[in-house]
Amino acid sequence: MAQVSLEGIRKVYPNGFKAVQTTSFTIQDGEFVVLVGPSGCGKSTLLRMIAGLEDITEGTLKIGDRVVNDVDPADRDIAMVFQNYALYPHMTVRKNIGYGLKNRGTPASEIAAKVEDAAKMLNLTEYLDRKPAQLSGGQRQRVAMGRAVVRDPALFLFDEPLSNLDAKLRNQMRIEIKALQRRLGTTAVYVTHDQVEAMTMADRIIVLNAGRIEQIGTPSEIYHNPASTFVASFMGAPPMNLIEAEASDGQVRLNGYDGLMPAPQAVSGPVTMGVRPEDVELDENGSVSFQVDILEELGAHRLLHGTLADQPFTVMVGKDHSVHTGETRITLKHDALRLFDVETGKVL
Amino acid sequence: MKRAGFDTIWLPVALLLPQLMIIAIFFYWPAGWALQSSFFLQDPFGFGSTFVGADNYTSLLGNDQYKRIAWFTVVFSILVTFFSLAIALLLAVKADKVIRGARSYRTLLMWVYAIAPPVAGFLGILFFDQSTGPMTKFFGLFGWEFKLGVDYNATATAMIIVAVWKQIPVNFIFFLSGLQSIPRSVREAAMIDNRSSTRRFWDVTFPLLAPTAFFLLIINITYALFDTFGIIDALMKGEPGNNPMTLVYKVYLDGFRGNDLGGSSAQSVVLMALVLILTVFQFRLVERRIHYT
Repeated sequence: MAQVSLEGIRKVYPNGFKAVQTTSFTIQDGEFVVLVGPSGCGKSTLLRMIAGLEDITEGTLKIGDRVVNDVDPADRDIAMVFQNYALYPHMTVRKNIGYGLKNRGTPASEIAAKVEDAAKMLNLTEYLDRKPAQLSGGQRQRVAMGRAVVRDPALFLFDEPLSNLDAKLRNQMRIEIKALQRRLGTTAVYVTHDQVEAMTMADRIIVLNAGRIEQIGTPSEIYHNPASTFVASFMGAPPMNLIEAEASDGQVRLNGYDGLMPAPQAVSGPVTMGVRPEDVELDENGSVSFQVDILEELGAHRLLHGTLADQPFTVMVGKDHSVHTGETRITLKHDALRLFDVETGKVL
Repeated sequence: MKRAGFDTIWLPVALLLPQLMIIAIFFYWPAGWALQSSFFLQDPFGFGSTFVGADNYTSLLGNDQYKRIAWFTVVFSILVTFFSLAIALLLAVKADKVIRGARSYRTLLMWVYAIAPPVAGFLGILFFDQSTGPMTKFFGLFGWEFKLGVDYNATATAMIIVAVWKQIPVNFIFFLSGLQSIPRSVREAAMIDNRSSTRRFWDVTFPLLAPTAFFLLIINITYALFDTFGIIDALMKGEPGNNPMTLVYKVYLDGFRGNDLGGSSAQSVVLMALVLILTVFQFRLVERRIHYT
């Protein structure tokens, strides 16, 4: 178990591509941190640098109190779960799980006991003598987990471990991984492009975009107080509505509507106003007109897609609201509205 | 699994026919002829033949020269197969790690593949030439007076070196593509599990390469036994007297130089039987222990 700290880490590939811009953050002992972002945002590169599979161009990486920049991956006291599981196809499940221990000089009897324990924990006992090709996707995923757990490392690294599973299994494994990490108390870094995984599993989320950290925070902070329009639109399904508006005299105005929300006095000119689809209420006496084009039925919720002042807008309502296409009056919850700079996308 | 089927028997037969005809005309027919003529003594000038039963075979067994050639063939095949596989594997592992200029490096290593065996043999003559050959001078540095075509061991060494050199590119191509088909993440997982790159190679990489290696083993034994004919022919410079040769070359020598078609046929039948046994042995013993993904 260990704290992990990245100090001014940067990655530039030999071809000049800057995969990760100068980045610093610290992961607390026992914390579950999720790196999330679109493909190509540098999240996997960051994880692979922590694992030692990718060289660090610049900066200092510490696991525990030890600088590990030049330490061999096998000596970093880490375990990694890969997207395609990366099991050894020619070894049985037992050997797959035990391989890392064997190379660390663990006595055979101890390996056998630890492998049995890990297998029991992951419900793999009856599959120990099978080869990976004879297992289902979910079972292979468990073997990959077993390989990580059995070594009792200081740090777990997960590289999109659930993206090859079907939706149902993914939900189940999500909970299992989280519970396992809780029980073992091992620090974990988890990479995903799936914002639902990030929200549900993380103690803290790090949102990355184009090799840069957009925001670090708890799932609730990230969701309710996005630091930029990028975070606002990336996290949450459906994403936050972003409306182009004007700020002047301490008020946000949209053509036809004055005083949608208060704005800081210092701000004037064009701004981006953000509102989550669920922070909107259908209200016959509402001050804002919303043109509904499409109704989307989700069972527990309904999504209303349409336009607000000629800009695309989505509203989410509970299943017991009666809805219809055409003009609808709505009210925006003032305390849930966010303002962003039009140029930089940063929150105001 | 869904099986595709044919409505009539005639279409599949028609589709198979060209292949079957090729096998029949170029293998079964000559093989049958060889088997038949191995029981006859042919007149050297083509005036008929006499049935001699198994005489051609029994005289082979009592022939010391034939035994010596058989022994050389075994040693030659083992050495050529081993070294061409081992060197190619080493080169492939190294080439696989090269990132910059990988393409040109690989192309250079594959070039030799395009050289025909007799040409390779001729290049061998140039390299091992008694007065100007660089390899002769190289061996001279160690005090070995290298006499190609005169000294039995010298000729044997040259044959093995040229045969190995000629076969490396083929093995290299297969090993390299085999290495590159191993998922990167599997090797990375091994990097986290095991510090020693040598142990990683034997524990993870090599077992995953085993199907390729097994295939190449068969190809290489066949190559050493049969396809080295051109190299051997060029290197002994038409003087079989004191020079080493393989069984295949002996078949040619006795049949077409010595005009002993019966004895030559008996030898080729023995060779056929040998290859058959070898193939069965390989598939039975080796394939069982190999993991196919």
